[in-house]
Amino acid sequence: MSVFIFRRFLTLIATLLGASLIIFLVLDALPGNAAQMLMGADASPDAVRALTIKLGLDQPLYYRYVHWVMGLLTGDLGNSYVYGTPVAGLIAERLTLTIPLAIMSMSMTVVLALSAGIYTAANHNKLGDVGVMSLTQFGIALPNFWFAILLILLFSVKLQWLSAGGFAGWDESILAGIKSLLLPAISLSVVQAAILARVTRSAVLEVLREDFVRTARAKGLSKRDVLWRHVLRNAMIPVMTIMGLQFANLLAGTIVIENVFYLPGLGRLIFQSIANRDLIVVRNCVMLLAGVVVIVNFVVDVLYAFIDPRIKVHNL
Amino acid sequence: MSGSTNAPLIEVRDLGIRLNTSRGPAQAVRGVSFSLKRGETLGLVGESGCGKSVTAMALMGLLPESAVVSGSIRLDGSELVGLSDANYCKLRGNRISMIFQEPMTALNPMHTIGRQVAEPLRRHTNCSAAAARKEAIALLDRVGLPDAAKRVDAYPHQFSGGQRQRVTIAMALACQPDVLIADEPTTALDVTIQGQILDLIADLVAERGMSMILISHDLGVIAENVQRMMVMYGGTVVESGATNAVFTRMGHPYTQGLFRARPRLGARKGTRLKTIAGTVPELADLPAGCTFADRCTIVEDRCRAALPAVVDVSAGHGVRCVRTDVSMAEAVGAVGA
Repeated sequence: MSVFIFRRFLTLIATLLGASLIIFLVLDALPGNAAQMLMGADASPDAVRALTIKLGLDQPLYYRYVHWVMGLLTGDLGNSYVYGTPVAGLIAERLTLTIPLAIMSMSMTVVLALSAGIYTAANHNKLGDVGVMSLTQFGIALPNFWFAILLILLFSVKLQWLSAGGFAGWDESILAGIKSLLLPAISLSVVQAAILARVTRSAVLEVLREDFVRTARAKGLSKRDVLWRHVLRNAMIPVMTIMGLQFANLLAGTIVIENVFYLPGLGRLIFQSIANRDLIVVRNCVMLLAGVVVIVNFVVDVLYAFIDPRIKVHNL
Repeated sequence: MSGSTNAPLIEVRDLGIRLNTSRGPAQAVRGVSFSLKRGETLGLVGESGCGKSVTAMALMGLLPESAVVSGSIRLDGSELVGLSDANYCKLRGNRISMIFQEPMTALNPMHTIGRQVAEPLRRHTNCSAAAARKEAIALLDRVGLPDAAKRVDAYPHQFSGGQRQRVTIAMALACQPDVLIADEPTTALDVTIQGQILDLIADLVAERGMSMILISHDLGVIAENVQRMMVMYGGTVVESGATNAVFTRMGHPYTQGLFRARPRLGARKGTRLKTIAGTVPELADLPAGCTFADRCTIVEDRCRAALPAVVDVSAGHGVRCVRTDVSMAEAVGAVGA
């Protein structure tokens, strides 16, 4: 078990190093000079050069890379070219919105998908199954930004229950914060839930065909007991794999959805920083996203080992 | 629980099972009748697809929901056909248990064997988790799992096929059932292990006074392990009787064919195995008359007209064939061969 985790951990470190290298190289090779961008097109070449030196952009590539990675480890991410404030603080502030948003929409996804998936598998080929599966087909086809706009039209414009955008913050009340994240979270989770529901359904159906399900029934367990005690845990492996992948998708989705709802989150920070050529912010944000995705998948791998006793032996 | 020793424990009358297959509805079982007293053993023999496993699943009440069951199955006098699933759950694993063919897949890979053996006890008796665990260890010990107390918390993948089959036997016996159905319990095992497992089952059946229905395609297994046998073909019982009687005087051309087709040691080099010409008919389009007619060497027109009635060739030995006069003249059997 610990060997399995240790090996996965080494892979995690290697993946993070690789990701940092790619992110650094790609962003540094981008056309457009941050100093030029900040000073405007009319700036004198001397002034631009001065700023380039001030920002450290004249240093050799490897030096800047090592400097950045060391900074990542110590939490010193440098200062934003545009705002002049520390990048770490900027990101931390935006995360107070994006983390709750991600948690909300991931929880909605999981709750919706698992209940729909289990329900449809348990009622295979019955009316409920066909109905819910048609709905998921619909959900998969929806672009989330368009669905977000529909939600705004219904809940904000017509019913006036929720605001069409902006973030109330957590200071006033937690409820107000959650309320302003509700529609964005729903729009992010619908597509994901539709996909995950289908994965859950087929995983459960697959396990229901296993011999040990018949054995469990032969012991006198009811269908419901068999489903909860024997089937679900076996079906969780493919479901969790997809969940891990979806988390990456979700973070990418926040860039679009935060823009639709004017939410000052990480996604909007990335979007604005790209527009401003504030490369130091973009680089650190993308690294953060990559790190989160890699770590989530590491956690999923470790959970496999807790769910499935066979994995401990197979990977020794 | 206990009836008089003469009353049948299990009584099956004119059992018919209609299944929905991918090729359309199929009459998988027709007119199967038998009864089994406490402590008796019955063998079901036939090729794959002859309806023997479907019959077993009907006894367990575990046929697919789309299956249509007709006739009657009585356990201790109470009717099981049409019983609600909730009520059937109280019988399964408690009064009727089953051992399956594939020990490699019959156990849940995610649960310890101790938990799986204790599960029927937890389900059907009021015993505590600790008591169920203790009983599970005792059961595992009884079925000959080495180091049962130590290995009770191990997972199925840590055991060999034979050991896993011992675990499923322990599981089936946990609640001291009245009836044990063993569906090809040794088919998936190494030949060296098969004998051990069959001996174990025989010992346990005798020790606990259970009735057993043993399903096999192997005539040798049937000959050595059951008192009475039924030969099934195309969803019908073509021959039934005391194992000795059937093996001494095989009446149905199909039984004779099965017997001739068994591989034998010591046969001269180059001797080809005798086979039964043709293939097993599709259940979805069974012939109107005798299901074996297309493969039978002594078939006549009247065989194809209607399903032959059962002819009693001796006391308790029935053959579903209109030509027993010819077929039995050859006197094919273990004695005659």
